[in-house]
Amino acid sequence: MERSRRSFLKILGISTLGLGTLSSVDLLAKVGKGEPVYNQTPDALVGKRWALVVDVNKLDEEATEKAIEACHQVHNVPEYEGEEEIKWIWTDKYEHVFPGQEHAYLAGEIEEKPFLVLCNHCANPPCCRVCPTKATWQRADGIVMMDQHRCIGCRYCMAGCPYGARSFNWKDPKTTYWKEHEPPNRTYPIRGKGVVEKCNLCAERLAKGQIPACVEAVKDSKAIVFGDLEDPNSEARELLHEHFAIRRKPELGTNPNVYYIV
Amino acid sequence: MYNKGLVITGIVIFVVFFTSPFLIGLVKSGPPPEPELSPKAKEARLCVEAKEFMVESHMQVLNDWRDEAVRNGKRIYVASDGKEYVVSLQNTCMDCHNNKSKFCDQCHNYAGVSPYCWECHIEPKEK
Amino acid sequence: MLETALKGSKRYWILVLALFGLHGIGATAFLYQLSKGLTVTGMSRDVSWGIYIAQFTFLVGVAASAVMVVLPYYLHNVKEFGKITILGEFLAVAAVNMCLMFILVDLGKPMRMLNVILHPTPNSILFWDMVVLNGYLFLNIIIGWVVLSAERKQVEPPKWVKPLIYLSIPWAVSIHTVTAFLYAGLPGRHFWLTAIMAARFLGSAFAAGPALLILLCLIVRKVSKFDPGKEAIQKVANIVLYAMIISIFFVLLEIFTAFYSQIPGHMHGFVYTFVGLHGHGNLVPWTWAFAIMAVVATLMLLCPPLRKNETTLAISCLLVFFSLWIEKGITLVITGFIPNPLETITEYVPTLPELAITVGVWATGFLILTILYKIAVSVKEEIAS
Repeated sequence: MERSRRSFLKILGISTLGLGTLSSVDLLAKVGKGEPVYNQTPDALVGKRWALVVDVNKLDEEATEKAIEACHQVHNVPEYEGEEEIKWIWTDKYEHVFPGQEHAYLAGEIEEKPFLVLCNHCANPPCCRVCPTKATWQRADGIVMMDQHRCIGCRYCMAGCPYGARSFNWKDPKTTYWKEHEPPNRTYPIRGKGVVEKCNLCAERLAKGQIPACVEAVKDSKAIVFGDLEDPNSEARELLHEHFAIRRKPELGTNPNVYYIV
Repeated sequence: MYNKGLVITGIVIFVVFFTSPFLIGLVKSGPPPEPELSPKAKEARLCVEAKEFMVESHMQVLNDWRDEAVRNGKRIYVASDGKEYVVSLQNTCMDCHNNKSKFCDQCHNYAGVSPYCWECHIEPKEK
Repeated sequence: MLETALKGSKRYWILVLALFGLHGIGATAFLYQLSKGLTVTGMSRDVSWGIYIAQFTFLVGVAASAVMVVLPYYLHNVKEFGKITILGEFLAVAAVNMCLMFILVDLGKPMRMLNVILHPTPNSILFWDMVVLNGYLFLNIIIGWVVLSAERKQVEPPKWVKPLIYLSIPWAVSIHTVTAFLYAGLPGRHFWLTAIMAARFLGSAFAAGPALLILLCLIVRKVSKFDPGKEAIQKVANIVLYAMIISIFFVLLEIFTAFYSQIPGHMHGFVYTFVGLHGHGNLVPWTWAFAIMAVVATLMLLCPPLRKNETTLAISCLLVFFSLWIEKGITLVITGFIPNPLETITEYVPTLPELAITVGVWATGFLILTILYKIAVSVKEEIAS
């Protein structure tokens, strides 16, 4: 009895495997049919290393508020308060943005100035290094993108980011925040619970030939300038050539692409 | 076989329980889904691809659209008839099919599936 | 062999039922968490990993400790361990299961967990963690089951199991090396950015795991006719002692580097856990509990009469286990997030649902352990008679 039970189980196992491969071959055949064509939008902004240059001297409360509001409106960022807040761009003081650089005799109004803080779209991003599913990755143009369809919500990227740029959806925005408020931009999705989100450098706007929302909001004062660092003629490069600019935590080797003219 | 009576009874009960949804369906089934095209969709007459193809494969199309737009940055889809569409569930598909409850939900509810798209993609407002 | 788990004393069934009940409570809390999201926990934007990941971190070490009886027995013929390798391997199975469960309950989208396999990302340490944890689980299940059933039939285990046993030895080291790498490679978290993180994990693993193994052996001897052997237990106690000394030494090394260099980033974490930082210090009592228990346990283990007396040995092992459970299972992970990258502090307190799920996972692990140990002990009793 034992001999034949063992061989019965063996045959069962092998046939299950066999049937399984049969159906998956079938599936592969179906998907492989046809060659749909996808193109980039013709007027998309194309670059090799997108960066932001923030002129802190041109920033005041009003300008920063405009920039933050523009971003959060365009991307339907829920405005939670407290420790579960979600923010793509916000302001903080010098001592928090550049920890270790502060001292007792800081110049002028630097101590109280509002610094705009967001994802740095690093050229060497630790968040992309640690993501187990490539739900966040670095595009060829330098933008560190998020794919909320793939994110499993492990939050390893949040632990990996040295700048605290990432937020997590601890609760479901659709049934909590957006029940009380109208999504300001119905052409852009909201996020579900359990995924990470952060600034995406307005990739969807760049695809339509538009500059990032925060940049647009302060374009009169040019407090934030958007440009391609690999293009020597870009406004961003010119600004960096003319003014001394610093970046956050450069010693960590992340090679951030948000520069601050202080 | 040991406990032949118990074992065979057990197998019979299991088979009946396991196939009960189908057996109940034989006796009493709900009405088949009747998805209703919105006026805008009716006017457009042609979806991104042929109706039969879309009925069978719109899930695959949406998956491909998702990957091409988000992951590859390619937001223009060239259909098999040469027409170009902006790759967007919210802004292209739902622009024409703006009556989710009378269209999309009809088949989805019948088949008992709840695609998670709507967790994030904003549904068009219906009158 | 599974049928031996279906026959037991009243005490056994009460234990199984109680553990199953706790598992049920945890499962209910988990369903609540699935519907509302991880907001039901105490985690925040700043402290984005909490006790789920912290407990997983501790249990990885416990799982690896099987190697502490497997290595001496199979590579160095320490005959005393022959009777208890199965207990070590089954403990590893239960512990790895708990690790995997803790990871699962921590995910924001657990239904997408297969993405880690569908979209393999070799540059991500989490990917490798998935690989080594699952590999270790299968290794130990296969090895434990095959060797035990061979023992039951009073024959030599099949030849192909030997290479698997040898493989399980470096593999055990790999599971917590990889888990340590999760932390030790993050440029923004200075409390974790130390080359000896993996070594610290090994040290505490080889203290906490064998300590639990000793306690389990003492319990097994009490509730069954199987005696793991006084010599085996004493040898394992020696291992616990050395591992404890090394673990404490490693923590002191960290403290030296932090405070002699006076670099704020290095010091902040230790200041937060030991005395509190900027008025925040809810981990301070836990840290001191760990420190005091660790020192007392080490001193007790150092003292031969206290080590040889199995009652005081049991107390030492409890102290070892709980002190390291605090250090690896609470303070290490939480402190990594404090202060946050912008140098402000958000503290973390687990919520009731979070604790319920945690207890549920532990209960499930102990349920698996109970069943596996029942099988092992029943087989040992069978062949003894």
